[in-house]
Amino acid sequence: MSRSPGRKQENHKISRELFVLTYGALVAQLCKEYEKDEDVNACLDRMGYSIGIRLIDDFLARSAVKKCRSYSETADMIAQVAFKMYLGVTPSVSCNSVTGNEFSLILDKNPLVDFVEELPAERASLCYCNLLCGVIRGALEMVHLAAEVSFLQDRLKGDAVTEIGITFLRKSEDRRHRRN
Amino acid sequence: MADEALFLLLHSEMVAGCTAPAEQGEGENGRCTTKLESMGFRVGQGLIERFTKDTARFKDELDIMKFICKDFWTTVFKKQIDNLRTNHQGIYVLQDNKFRLLTQMSAGKQYLEHAPKYLAFTCGLIRGGLSNLGIKSIVTAEVSSMPACK
Repeated sequence: MSRSPGRKQENHKISRELFVLTYGALVAQLCKEYEKDEDVNACLDRMGYSIGIRLIDDFLARSAVKKCRSYSETADMIAQVAFKMYLGVTPSVSCNSVTGNEFSLILDKNPLVDFVEELPAERASLCYCNLLCGVIRGALEMVHLAAEVSFLQDRLKGDAVTEIGITFLRKSEDRRHRRN
Repeated sequence: MADEALFLLLHSEMVAGCTAPAEQGEGENGRCTTKLESMGFRVGQGLIERFTKDTARFKDELDIMKFICKDFWTTVFKKQIDNLRTNHQGIYVLQDNKFRLLTQMSAGKQYLEHAPKYLAFTCGLIRGGLSNLGIKSIVTAEVSSMPACK
C-alpha cells in the first residue's frame, strides 16, 4: 500500500468522528421532535438499551475475557476494556459505597462531546450522553447483572469531569437458590 | 474495527426509532426517510470538512466522484465502491456489491422492501459531502438484490 502509517491513524479517527457526528445529528433530531428534556433523555436511554443488548455479544466475541468474579472486576472491565475498545478512552473507576455495589466511572475526556461546545439554554437538563447509560445497562442485563446507570456529573453542565454512576442491584435470592 | 459495530448498531437504532412511531400509511414512511436523509446530510457536511482538510484541490466533478468512491467510502465503509459509471452529463451511478449496512440483513430478495430506509442516511451523507464541496445534487438509491445497491 502506498499509504503512510499516519494515514491509517487518520482514517481511524475519521470513523470515530463519523460515529460522534451521527450521534450529534441524532440528538439534534430528537430535540426537534420532543419538547421536554426528560423525553429526549428517556428516548436516548431506550435506544442505548437496545444497542447495549446487542453490543455485549460483539464485545465478548472480540475481547474473549474471562468471567468476572465480583462487581468491582466488572466495573474495571467496563472501564478498561470496553470503553477503550469502543470509544478509545479509559475512565478511572472508584468505588462509592462500603457494600461494594456502587461504582463511578470518571471520564476526563468524553469523545461523544468532541464537537459540542455547550448545551443550549433551553435544554439545560438534557443528558447529552444518556445513550451511554442505556448501553451499559443493556449490556449488563444480558450478562444477568441488573444495574442502574446514570450520570452523576456532566462536563457539559459545568462540572469538572463527567462521572457515570453504576449501582449493581443485588439479587441475593437468586444466589441462594442456585446453591441449593 | 470496533467502531464499526457501534456505528452499525446506532444506525439500526435510528432507523427503528424513526419508523416505529410511523407505522400508518405511505406518507409517514416518506417522512421518516426524509428525517434520516437530513441527519445524513448534516453528518456528511461535517465529515467531508474534516476529511478534506489536507487533501489537494479537486480538478473537476469526476475527480470529486472518484474521491468519494475511493477514499471517502473506504473510510466510512472500509471498502471501495465496486463500480462507477457516468454519462458525462452529470449523472453518476455508484455500485456497491456488498453494502456494509445491508450485509447483516439478507443476501437476496428477502426484506427488500425495508432496504430503502437503511439507505436514506447514506444518501444524505453523500449529498451533504457533495454540497460542502460545492456540488448541488440529488442522491437516490436503488436495491435490486441485497446486499448490492446503487
